[in-house]
Amino acid sequence: MEFLRPAGWEEALAAKAAHPSAVPIAGGTDVMVELNFDHRRPAHLLDLNRIGELYDWEVGADHVRLGAAVPYSAIIEHLAAELPGLALAAHTVGSPQIRNRGSVGGNLGAASPAGDAHPALLAAGAEVEAESVRGTRLIPVDEFFTGVKRNALADDELIRAVRIARADGPQQFSKVGTRNAMVIAVCAFGLALHPRTRTVRTGIGSAAPTPVRARVAEDFLNAALEEGGFWDSGRTLTPSVARQFAELAAGACDPIDDVRGSARYRRHAVSVMARRTLGWTWESYRAGTGTAAPARGDGDDAEGGARCA
Amino acid sequence: MNGVTRTPTSLSQGSRTRGGIGESTLRPDGTLKVTGEFAYASDMWHEDMVWGHTLRSPHAHAEIVSVDTTEALRQPGVHAVLTYDDLPAEVRHYGLEIQDTPVLAHGRVRHHGEPVAVVAADHPETARRAAAKIRVEYAELPVVHDEESATAPGAPLLHPGRDDHHAGHVPHPNVVHRQPIVRGDAAAAAARADVVVTGEYEVGMQDQAFLGPESGLAVPAEDGGVDLYVATQWLHADLRQIAPVLGLPEDKVRMTLSGVGGAFGGREDLSMQIHACLLALRTGRPVKMVYNRFESFFGHVHRHPAKLRYEHGATRDGRLTHMRCRIVLDGGAYASSSPAVVGNASSLAVGPYVVDDVEIEAVALYTNNPPCGAMRGFGAVQACFAYEAQMDRLAAELGLDPVEFRQRNAMSQGSVLPTGQEVDSPAPVAEILRRVKAMPLPPARQWETAGGDGTAADVRALPGGLSNTTHGEGVVRGVGYAVGIKNVGFSEGFDDYSTARVRLEVVAGEPVATVHTAMAEVGQGGITVHAQIARTELGVTQVSILPADTRVGSAGSTSASRQTYVTGGAVKHACAAVREQVLRLGRERFGAHHPAWATAELLLEGGKVVTDGGEVLASLADVVEGETLEADLEWRHRPTEPFDLRTGQGRGHVQYSFAAHRAVVEVDTELGLVKVVELACAQDVGKALNPQSVVGQIQGGTTQGLGLAVMEEIVVDPAAKVRNPSFTDYLIPTILDTPTIPVDVLELADEHAPYGLRGAGEAPTLSSTPAVVAAIRQATGLALRRVPVRPEHLTVDPPQGQP
Repeated sequence: MEFLRPAGWEEALAAKAAHPSAVPIAGGTDVMVELNFDHRRPAHLLDLNRIGELYDWEVGADHVRLGAAVPYSAIIEHLAAELPGLALAAHTVGSPQIRNRGSVGGNLGAASPAGDAHPALLAAGAEVEAESVRGTRLIPVDEFFTGVKRNALADDELIRAVRIARADGPQQFSKVGTRNAMVIAVCAFGLALHPRTRTVRTGIGSAAPTPVRARVAEDFLNAALEEGGFWDSGRTLTPSVARQFAELAAGACDPIDDVRGSARYRRHAVSVMARRTLGWTWESYRAGTGTAAPARGDGDDAEGGARCA
Repeated sequence: MNGVTRTPTSLSQGSRTRGGIGESTLRPDGTLKVTGEFAYASDMWHEDMVWGHTLRSPHAHAEIVSVDTTEALRQPGVHAVLTYDDLPAEVRHYGLEIQDTPVLAHGRVRHHGEPVAVVAADHPETARRAAAKIRVEYAELPVVHDEESATAPGAPLLHPGRDDHHAGHVPHPNVVHRQPIVRGDAAAAAARADVVVTGEYEVGMQDQAFLGPESGLAVPAEDGGVDLYVATQWLHADLRQIAPVLGLPEDKVRMTLSGVGGAFGGREDLSMQIHACLLALRTGRPVKMVYNRFESFFGHVHRHPAKLRYEHGATRDGRLTHMRCRIVLDGGAYASSSPAVVGNASSLAVGPYVVDDVEIEAVALYTNNPPCGAMRGFGAVQACFAYEAQMDRLAAELGLDPVEFRQRNAMSQGSVLPTGQEVDSPAPVAEILRRVKAMPLPPARQWETAGGDGTAADVRALPGGLSNTTHGEGVVRGVGYAVGIKNVGFSEGFDDYSTARVRLEVVAGEPVATVHTAMAEVGQGGITVHAQIARTELGVTQVSILPADTRVGSAGSTSASRQTYVTGGAVKHACAAVREQVLRLGRERFGAHHPAWATAELLLEGGKVVTDGGEVLASLADVVEGETLEADLEWRHRPTEPFDLRTGQGRGHVQYSFAAHRAVVEVDTELGLVKVVELACAQDVGKALNPQSVVGQIQGGTTQGLGLAVMEEIVVDPAAKVRNPSFTDYLIPTILDTPTIPVDVLELADEHAPYGLRGAGEAPTLSSTPAVVAAIRQATGLALRRVPVRPEHLTVDPPQGQP
């Protein structure tokens, strides 16, 4: 196994072009486990640790451009207002040590259906900035996951950054695991209200071969909110709407039975999380809007009453 | 430590010595372990060493058609590849009680992960790759994986033609051991019962999950022998099994304990010991072997999974009439300590209760599942989960408070066990229940206040924790109680002794005691306690603890809650023998100067010889100067006897340990997630030699029991394959899963034991599990009969029946 250590981004792209099977490594929280347990023996490892710009982020008017190697701990510390859903998801990643090393770029590269960042990215809306010696392209995160642990990157591409929409309303993230910390998701659910476009987006983790959006549930809820004039009135959600949304979210799942949980439980848990996260975000939206005020976009209250360490 | 109860001790020797027993002296290894500087077995290094690697079976049951090592041996850097045919001696099997385990598989593999070949190479990666090039042709065989398949007509026999000492009395060759216990007349007593409750219970396969994987270093010696440095629980039991397989006399296999990262029973059986020695002797090079986490799950035995059927009767006034039970333990492919686990499960099956009319049967099976053996609680854990569930159900049937019902039936000193043995030391069962019940309950809805300003839920105080699954929705509190009984020390007639060598000499003008035992310090704090005992008995400040090795006699196993009792007892008695030598020498040297040398009771205190009235006669340094006083002796607890194979009668145990728990849980009833808020424990330890260590043992055991209640299980599929051999999928409690654990330590002396102490390490592991499950039952109203409880059991796949 050869260890490639490019000093800069251009060099990294060149190395990836020269060795398309090279496995990029930054925090190593995923790749090193696979190497240690001999699940993987790539001919080349491409170390990105010397490329400082991958650890930077820029907060723009509408988007956060998050460098691929920005660790979860930095997201929690610095970006909880702009990216509240992702920050909540970041809280659930591994242990403090893992959160200091692991990154969204790595999560996307591995493309595990259980990746904690994915539901939050799907709900917020994001584009993956993929780059190669041939140029840069933006891949909508909805199209990024192509199969179990497979993604839309070409062999010569590296993830440079993720462009994530800044929260324009409350966001939530819930994850079920069989212990209270340091656990791989049995299933997870992300939800973001987008008052600016009067839409709701969702993301489901660990309940299908890839992370998915619950599109039918979103469409139903968007229509129900519009027809009921909920966005303007800011009134309490009708329980039947929340219930149907939850059922439709469960319907978006295509889970399996495995040692972590049964398919039936995963569907059930997704429906509970969908109902609860909708309730939390909607109550937060109401609290922020009064009855008819325009939606706030600063995301300050987007944690919906949850306090995290 | 809260609420410690102390009874006055009658000790005079050592009562004024600093750093003696009863103080929470610091562990010499504590700081190093916390700062990451402690040298564990896996840290060992030798300049010339090569690395050993084990090839394991991918099948649970298969015939080995052929093994071809040619290609592996051709790999550059490979020094040796060994299979069964390369074993050097006639003896090719080992085992703790029954020598049924081949050092390397011979003709057949009986469980997933069984060692088939070992490789030595100059790099661990080279060894691994070479092992992958060993060509093993398997022909898969049908597996037996439970009682039905193991005892079905025509079932494949795990060990055909077995001739061990249990073979003659078992009902089927796939039953390792069977122990019935019959006392009184259960049928007649059942007729007096106003209520009868029956239930079937199941305990999943728990793993010891020690953090330091199996590791050791074998160094070949010029005399043809081998020096083995290894993390183990009992050096001499290892030695007894290793030497014959190497074809060496025991004095040519010299063993030294290396840093042990936890054990919990999982290091009682051999793992890499023989393999490393074989490779070292073959290559002439030191051989290091370290399992990784994945391999570790295949490298040691687990807790026996169990199916238990219980029937209890009681009268309206809340008195137990009778109990019948049948306990089926899955021992897996090899016997390990299954017979002793059967002995414990059966003899403690009734729990800490008085029931005069019982019919008990416990069996352990041979199956193709992973081998199971010793783990903290050792057979008593499985029984406790079932009988405590029964107690709650009986109390509910009778409309009695569950604690009150238990207290009415609690055993006490003088009670008689189903084996006919009288409990001859304090048994404060009702009292420890009273104490946990009397503790203040944690405030309700803590998540609303834990965060500080009360405006937001603190998810850390809720089920799901940081995973943010509830802000209080669906959360219901439950409270549950349980109590258990565990035997201390090895039972059933085993000659359970320990050896201690204690030396006293003067170094640079100071008296220094040296304690040498073969006791395995596995984290329990034994070396700390040995130094405390030496200070107490010899009145010295400085004590050196020599490394544990086989140059001194056996200290028995660090298990069965026995080390402080038995090796501690040996150290105490060796110190007393040295003290006698000191006084003899003092009388010779100074007796003429003061009449008290001849007339008073003399003590060693603060580095001096003093009278029991406190008068100083001489300094220890002056008395001992120029001499080395030494005692080397064996010490054993009172003898026990085997249980009768037909009736189960016999004085099988020497001491018991009792703990009670109250569990407070919050359950997210919609998602089936559990947060254990508090696990209060009261336990009698006779005498806390190191109170902080005692509380640590109780909190650790409590947490391990919590793990079994809600998360810890090795999942084995019907093909007998392990599905989750990793810490990703075998979950153990994190600190966010660990509740507040208030501990109330009672010290009611057992007059038969050194200092009145009572083994402490295991009892809290028993009652923790049923207390947590009782609390979940109360919160959910579900008839939970199996541990670990999974979210599915509380939601989409609930058990049927009354809680």
